[in-house]
Amino acid sequence: MLLANLLGRLTLNDFPHNPITAGAGVGIVLGGLMVVGLLFYFKKWTWLWREWLTTVDPKKIGVMYLIVAILMLLRGVVDAGMLRLQQATSVGSSHGFIDANQFQQIFSAHGSIMIFFVAMGLMFAIINLILPLQIGSRDVAFPFMNATSFWLYCAGALLINMPLVIGEFSAAGWLAYPPLSETAYSPGVGVDYWIWSLQIAGIGSLLSGVNFLVTIFKLRAPGMTPMKMPLFVWSIIGAMVLVIFAFPILTITLALLALDRTLGMHFFTAGAGGNAMMYVNLIWAWGHPEVYILILPAFGIFSEIVSTFSSKRLFGYTSMVWAIIAITFLSFSVWLHHFFTMGAGPNVNAYFGVMTMIIAIPTGVKVFNWLFTMYRGRIRFSVPMMWFLGFVVTFTIGGVAGVLMAVPPADFQLHNSLFLVAHFHTMIIGGVVFGYFAGLTYWFPKVFGFKLNERLGKYAFWSWLVGFVLAFVPLYILGIMGATRRMDHYEASLGWQGLFIVAGVGVLIIMLGIGFLILQLLISIKDRKHHLETTGDPWGGRTLEWSTTSPAPFYNFAIIPQADQRDAYWASKHATKPSVKPHYQAFNMPKNTPFGMFIAGAALTFGFAAVWHILWLAIVALIGLIGLIIMRTTYDDSEYTVSVDDIERLEAQSKERFA
Amino acid sequence: MKNKTKAWLIALGVIGLALVAGWSLRNYNFAVLNPKGVIGFQERRLIYEALLLSLVVVIPVFSLTFFIAWKYRASNTKAKYSPDWDHSRIIESIWWGVPTILIVILSFMAWNSSHVLDPYKSLSSTTKPLTIQVIALQWKWLFIYPEQHIASVNFVQFPVNTPINFEITSDAPMNSFWIPQLGGQIYAMPGMTTQLHLMADQIGNYRGSSANISGQGFAGMVFTARASSLNDFTKWVGIAGRSSLKLTEQQYQTLLKPSSNNPTSLYSAPDAGLYDRVVLKYMLPASELSALPPASSTNTGVY
Repeated sequence: MLLANLLGRLTLNDFPHNPITAGAGVGIVLGGLMVVGLLFYFKKWTWLWREWLTTVDPKKIGVMYLIVAILMLLRGVVDAGMLRLQQATSVGSSHGFIDANQFQQIFSAHGSIMIFFVAMGLMFAIINLILPLQIGSRDVAFPFMNATSFWLYCAGALLINMPLVIGEFSAAGWLAYPPLSETAYSPGVGVDYWIWSLQIAGIGSLLSGVNFLVTIFKLRAPGMTPMKMPLFVWSIIGAMVLVIFAFPILTITLALLALDRTLGMHFFTAGAGGNAMMYVNLIWAWGHPEVYILILPAFGIFSEIVSTFSSKRLFGYTSMVWAIIAITFLSFSVWLHHFFTMGAGPNVNAYFGVMTMIIAIPTGVKVFNWLFTMYRGRIRFSVPMMWFLGFVVTFTIGGVAGVLMAVPPADFQLHNSLFLVAHFHTMIIGGVVFGYFAGLTYWFPKVFGFKLNERLGKYAFWSWLVGFVLAFVPLYILGIMGATRRMDHYEASLGWQGLFIVAGVGVLIIMLGIGFLILQLLISIKDRKHHLETTGDPWGGRTLEWSTTSPAPFYNFAIIPQADQRDAYWASKHATKPSVKPHYQAFNMPKNTPFGMFIAGAALTFGFAAVWHILWLAIVALIGLIGLIIMRTTYDDSEYTVSVDDIERLEAQSKERFA
Repeated sequence: MKNKTKAWLIALGVIGLALVAGWSLRNYNFAVLNPKGVIGFQERRLIYEALLLSLVVVIPVFSLTFFIAWKYRASNTKAKYSPDWDHSRIIESIWWGVPTILIVILSFMAWNSSHVLDPYKSLSSTTKPLTIQVIALQWKWLFIYPEQHIASVNFVQFPVNTPINFEITSDAPMNSFWIPQLGGQIYAMPGMTTQLHLMADQIGNYRGSSANISGQGFAGMVFTARASSLNDFTKWVGIAGRSSLKLTEQQYQTLLKPSSNNPTSLYSAPDAGLYDRVVLKYMLPASELSALPPASSTNTGVY
C-alpha cells in the first residue's frame, strides 16, 4: 500500500523485457555514465557548468540545441530503419522481427521525435546561432527565458526517450487520435509519456516564439526598418507568429487529453458526451501551422544562400516578404485538409481544399524568385547551393502531390495511404531538412571559426538525395496500389515486398548520408587549422552576421552596426569609408544562471510523476517549479557591465588573433 | 568535355534504371489507377487532371532551374552578370498571375468535384440500391444486410451495377473504410454514422482495408469486397441465411472482444436494430450509461 503510494503505478515489471528496447535502454544509460565519467576524468565539470550549462548566450544555447537535435536525429533514423526492416520482412507467413505493438510504438516515436525534437531543435538552433547576429544585436530580448526554453526542450527530449529504460511508449501514432489514445484502448503509460514530453517541450517552444518575435521587433540595428531586414529575419517573424498562435492550441489539447486520461474526464472519449472529432480538429489547428513553422525558416535560409552564392541581390524582395505574410495567414485556414475523409460535407471540404491550393501561389512565387536571383548571377556550387538545388526538385514534386491531395475527392483515394507518407516526407526532408542542412553548412564557419570539408559535404548531399528518391518513390507507388500507412504486416499475394525492400535500401543510403555528415564534422575538426576562417566573411556574405569575427565575440558587435539598406554588409564592403578610430561605449550583458536548468528539472520531475501517477512527487515538483520561477523573477542582480576598457582589450586581442 | 560525357552517362543510367523499374511493375495492380466502379473512375480522372494542370508550373520550374544553374555558373564568365538587378514588375506579375489562374481552375474542379463526388450522395441508377451497414470492431469488419437479414465478417458481397449505400460506424477506435478499386475512403467513428455510396461496374474481388490506425490488430483488418452477378449474390444470401451462427446480441458481444486476423464468417438473422444500438450507446449521457445492462456496456470506451 505504502509502496503503491510512493511509486504510483510504477513496478519492477515496467522495466523493458524485449531485447531491442532493453538494449537501447542499457546503451543510453551506459553512454550517459561514460560521459559523466569522462567529465570527472578530465576534470571538466567546472568548465561545463560555467561555459555551457548556465550560459545565457544564444550562440552557445544554439550549439546545445544542435547537439541534442543531432542525437535525436540518430534515434529517429534508427526507428525509421526498424520500421522499413519490419515492412520488408513481415509478409505472408513471416511476421518480421517485432510485434505489432512494438512496431506501433516505433512509428509513434519516430514521428514525434522527428518533428518535436529534430526539426524544432534544428530550427531553434539556427535561430539562436544567427538571428541576433543578423539583426545586429548583442543578444535576444529575454536571455534567461531563452535558456529556460532550451532546457525545457531538453527535458522533453529526455522524457520521450525514457520509455526505452522504463515503461513503454505510445502506440497511437504521432498525433495520438482519441478514442485510441484514451484509457479505454491505451491503458498503459505510453500515451502519458507522449503527452508530457510534448507538453514540456511545447511550452519551451512557445516561450521561444515570444522571445524571438520581441527580439526582432525591439533589438534590430539602427536603420534596419522592416523592408530592409534580411529575408531570413522575415521568415522567422512568420514562423514565430505561428508559434505564438498555434502552440497554445497544442498545450490546451494535450491538457484536455491528459485530464481525460488522469482524472477520467470525457472531452474526447467515445461516448459520455466526449467528441473525438474535436480533438482531430484542435490537433490539426496546431499541426498545420506547425508544418509552416518548420518550412518558413528553411525558405528564409534559402533566400540568404541563393543570393550569397549567386553574388546577386535577392530578386523580388517585396514579393518574397508578401509571400511569407500570405503563407503565415493562410496556414491557419487549411487544417481540415488533414481529414477530408471525416465526412464534413462538400461545402466544408471544398472550402478547405481551395484554401490549401491558394497557399501554392505564394510558395510558387518564392521558387520563381529564387530562380531569378540565380539568373544573371555568378553561381558558386558550394554545398549549401547543392542542398538548394536538391530542394527545388524534391519540393516541387512534393508540392504537386500536395495539390493532388488538396482536391477532396482525390484525397479520398490518397489519404492515409503511403502516398501521403511519401508526400509529407518529401516536404519535410526535401524542404525542412535540406534547408536546415544548407543553413548549418553556410553558417558553420561563423559559429565555429572554420569551414566544413566540401568534398564530404557533397558526398553527404548525394547520399541524401539518392537515398531519399529510393526511400520515397516506392512509397508513392505503394500508396497508389492501395497500401495504407502504419501496416506491420501484409499479404504476400499483393507483391508489395520488392518495393518495401527498395524503400529500405533508400533508408540505408540516407543513413550513409548521415554517416558522411558526421565524418565531415570529425575531419573538419581535425583539419580545422587548414580551413580557419579569419576574415569573418568566408562566402562573400551580404548581411550583418558576416561583419563581425568568426566566431563572434560573446557580445557579437563591439559597436552596433548601422543598417541603412538591404544587404547592409555587402553595401558597406563596396563603399569607401574613411577609417576612423572606433568609439566604444560600455554596455550590459546578462549574467549566467542555472535557473533555466533547475526549472526544466522540476518540469521533468513533474512530467515523470504525472506519467506514473506518483501524486506526492507531482505536488513537490509543482511547488518547486513555481518556487523557482518566483525566486528568479525577484532576482535583481542579473546583469553586469562590460566597460570601455574591457572592450578595447578584447577587441585588441581579437585583432591580434585574426590578423 | 570529360565531365560532360560523365553527366550524360549518369543521366542515361538513371533514365534506364527508371524504365527497367517501370517495366518490372507492369503486372502490378495499381488499385487507385485501376478502378472497377464509377466513383473510383471519376476520382482517377480527377487525379490525372490535377496532375496535368500542375505540370504547367512544374515543367518550367525544372527547365529553368537546370538552364539557369548551368548558364550562370561562376566559371562561365561570358554570361551576363547584373548583381544589382533585383526586380521586374512584368516578370513578377507572370508568376503571381499564371499560378493564380491555374489555382482558380483547380479550385473550380475542387468545388465541383466535392459536390459531385460527395460520399453522402446517392448514386443514380435504375437498379434499386442495396444498404449495407458496416461496424468496425477490434480488429475486424462486421457487415450487416438489414434487408437480406444476414451479416458477415471481413467479407462483403453485392451485385454488380447496383448502387451500394454503406452506413458506417465503429464500436472500436476510429478506423477508415477503404476499397481503393471502387472509390475513396471514409472514417468509421464510434457514436457517428458516416455514409459511402459506391457501385462496382465489373465482377471481381476487390481488396478492402482499414486506412486508419486502430490498435494492435489494425494491419489484419483486411476484407474482400466481391462484386458478383445478381444471381450469385442471391445464392450467397441464401447460404448466409442458412448459417447456423445467428448474430444475436450475445454473439455480438463475442465479436466485440478484441481479436486479430479473423477469418471470414457468415451470420443469419442479425438482431434487428443492432446497428442503431451500437451508434446510440455512445450518444447516451454518462448518467444513463450506468443504467444499461452490463452486457452491452462492456468495452464501450467509457469509464
